[in-house]
Amino acid sequence: MKYEVVIGLETHSELATATKLFCGCSTKFGADPNTQVCPVCLAMPGVLPVMNKKAFEYAMKSAAALCCKIDNYTNFDRKSYYYPDLPKNYQISQNYHNLGVDGFMDIEVKGTVKRIRIHNVHLEEEAGKLIHPEETGADYSLVDFNRAGVPLLEIVSYPDMRTVDEVESYMQTLRKMLLYTEISDCKMQEGSLRFEASISLRLKGVETLGNRVEIKNLNSMKFVIKAIEYEATRQAELLDRGETIDRETRLWDEINEKSVRMRSKEEAQDYRYFPEPDLLPVLIDEKWLSTIKSSIPELPFARKQRFVSEFKLSDYDANLLIEDKVLADFFEECVRGLNRPKILCNWITNDLLREAKERKLEIGQLKVKPAQLVSLVEIVEKGTISSTTAKEVFIEMIQTGKDPQKIVEEKGLIQISDEGLIGSVIDKIISGNPGVIDDYKKGKKNALTFLVGQVMKETKGKANPKMVNELLKGKLDV
Amino acid sequence: MKISKKDIRYVAHLSRIALSDNEEELFVHQLSDILSYIEKLNQLNTDNVDPLVYTTNTFNVFREDALEKPLAIEDAQYCAPSTMGAFFKVPKVIE
Repeated sequence: MKYEVVIGLETHSELATATKLFCGCSTKFGADPNTQVCPVCLAMPGVLPVMNKKAFEYAMKSAAALCCKIDNYTNFDRKSYYYPDLPKNYQISQNYHNLGVDGFMDIEVKGTVKRIRIHNVHLEEEAGKLIHPEETGADYSLVDFNRAGVPLLEIVSYPDMRTVDEVESYMQTLRKMLLYTEISDCKMQEGSLRFEASISLRLKGVETLGNRVEIKNLNSMKFVIKAIEYEATRQAELLDRGETIDRETRLWDEINEKSVRMRSKEEAQDYRYFPEPDLLPVLIDEKWLSTIKSSIPELPFARKQRFVSEFKLSDYDANLLIEDKVLADFFEECVRGLNRPKILCNWITNDLLREAKERKLEIGQLKVKPAQLVSLVEIVEKGTISSTTAKEVFIEMIQTGKDPQKIVEEKGLIQISDEGLIGSVIDKIISGNPGVIDDYKKGKKNALTFLVGQVMKETKGKANPKMVNELLKGKLDV
Repeated sequence: MKISKKDIRYVAHLSRIALSDNEEELFVHQLSDILSYIEKLNQLNTDNVDPLVYTTNTFNVFREDALEKPLAIEDAQYCAPSTMGAFFKVPKVIE
């Protein structure tokens, strides 16, 4: 394609507070309609908003995590538009003094790190939910204000992305940041994380940006990618025909997989912002800001890089571990107990993840604790049990939460490392399989594997396989 | 300051108000008069005056993230012009 695709993303994320931004109503998802409302979020006459401190601090935390400049003064503004999802006919947002400006976030695409600049981070209130009846000819819509006033964080990137891979990485990195900092639960299916894309095209090598089109109604990361691909193609076709791109807002139609021009709401975009007189401005001093900054944990990207350098893990393994903060914490606690990062990583990314997935459990809900996994690896290394037996013990640990030593004792799984005992079993197997012995002597390699297998079977898997191998070879190669 | 009919129509559209021709004419005059009256303030020299947004010199008023009792549905809907079940009912907004 002769065009370069220029993409910016606007992200909305509902903050994980118990109550709304300006009143004490619950933010819990899925309640019966209009059961989490009060005079403030219904905009009854005479009410005044009072800012939720936790929501404000979450917004500060995210602005700091995105390396934004945080001014010591910020205030809120009214954004006026008439739409029934906002009972006040305006939304309290920020326009003139955004909480955070000029930040950045590093993303990784195919091993290359790219810095995406953040234009601003600000705090605003969520709108209510409109329900459009499906019956044909219905001339009404229904409104549920449970969501109205839920604290909403808006993160606006610069148009620094050029490919859908970069967009994918940006969305994933941002999502993980919000989860790591525990600012939002990021449940896209519940709308607590949403994206809007702005896309423009320009001829490769050209500096000036083309007219951008905003796309809304992107309910999943998959749709974001599809919409961008669709929109880039649509714009390229228009430009190829010598037409111009209208600066407009389009809606993603997920059923027909195309973008359509949005009507009504956006026709007259004149928000008439002015400072919100009902809320006092906020002054942020150094001490407060540094307290907030110190509450930011090591972020996923930095953690991944540290896992690679400090524990010599592969990029792939490190990425699997940092995907979930609880999983990465589990791993680190294990490594603190036993310095065998690769082996522990294998147990966690293979066995632990598989069992969690099969049981549809979060990592934190599993009965196995890091110290127990460490003990399991230790008793394998000591030769008390074989690695095959260890898998069996692990399942038992998952099911019962018992310590591995206890399971080994109870089930009599201790590995046989008695040379005499193993030797006598080997003698029995050798005398019982003369044909296989001949094959071995003729140079058939898998004859040995078969014989080891027979010895293991005879000892119910308890013989130390390394010893079986050595002793068997010793006896056969005489 | 004279404002035009176009301005009136624009503001009426933003406010979702339908105006008759007579009303448009009436508001052109009334709003122009109001703006002219307010314009008097422009005669004052404010070169050395900082913009003032908030008059109380108070900052950082917060509440804790603590749950409070919501309104009962019948109270929430008490003044609503139209409802359906637990919902507020409004004129159709899309298409």
